[in-house]
Amino acid sequence: MGLSIAVATGLYGVSFGALAVAAGLTVGQAMALSLLMFTGGSQFAFIGVIAGGGAPSAALGAAALLGVRNAVYGMQMNHMLQPHGWRKGLAAQVTIDESTATAAGQSAPDEQRRGFWVAGLGVFVLWNLFTFVGAWLGDALGDPRRWGLDGAAVAAFLGLLWPRLRQREPVALAVLSGVVTALALPQLPPGLPILVAAVVGAAWGWWVPDRAAASAERTAP
Amino acid sequence: MSVWLAILLGAVVTYLTKLSGYAVPARWLSNPRMTRVAGAITVALLSALIVMNTFAAGTALVLDARLAALAVAVLALWARWPFLLVVMLGAAAAGVVRWWG
Repeated sequence: MGLSIAVATGLYGVSFGALAVAAGLTVGQAMALSLLMFTGGSQFAFIGVIAGGGAPSAALGAAALLGVRNAVYGMQMNHMLQPHGWRKGLAAQVTIDESTATAAGQSAPDEQRRGFWVAGLGVFVLWNLFTFVGAWLGDALGDPRRWGLDGAAVAAFLGLLWPRLRQREPVALAVLSGVVTALALPQLPPGLPILVAAVVGAAWGWWVPDRAAASAERTAP
Repeated sequence: MSVWLAILLGAVVTYLTKLSGYAVPARWLSNPRMTRVAGAITVALLSALIVMNTFAAGTALVLDARLAALAVAVLALWARWPFLLVVMLGAAAAGVVRWWG
């Protein structure tokens, strides 16, 4: 299971590499993101803000906020795997959606540990390899708009969001956040509307479930 | 801030975020509200990135070939096609519409 996830995710690296170069990054900068940042959502957010004309500081802010969920994963993995010493530092770097999901999908502690490391390290190697291939291809293709690579970015972000829309509540949040972004776009400097959306998301996560519970109480006789 | 500095600072921040999960006492983060906030931020940011990458031209909102990419991606995801295929179809849709237009 870990290996198949690693292969599938490595392939996304091609789209990331090509889109990073299309956004105006160099091949070296695309590689630095995959090697050092190594968390797909944050990396896509970074290049998405740059592609939209946002300031590098806004790209940094969006990437940092999209990485917040990794802290929750880290807490789960620390409890599950209990790594020590240098292994803890390495485990942190490969704590991402895929390695956490693979470990959490196993029940035996040995299998959890193996799943985490195979998926985490496998995705790391393949993600970087394919980022390079994608960045090199993107560089060779020239004008990204001619090949519709800006359309590929749209599809990639929707592909990342789609699995999170299984329930009604995230759909409502996604629509609200999209509308807020569209309203903010003409008013604020590029990149900032993304951060406004992040604040909307944080407030939603903090308050809305309580409000839903409260309104359920009110409607109950 | 230069792009390189943003990349390096971003890498440090995202690494420390990951490490924080291993460092802080479990009760700080095992709070279900923190899990909800992290999940909601992710959904909100991805949605914002979709809107920005589909409609933004600088600080103006425009309708162009990227809207076709969004529509095709919705259909492809609805049909449960794999991520890479969805991305390639998105590119093809935008490319074809632009070529016709």
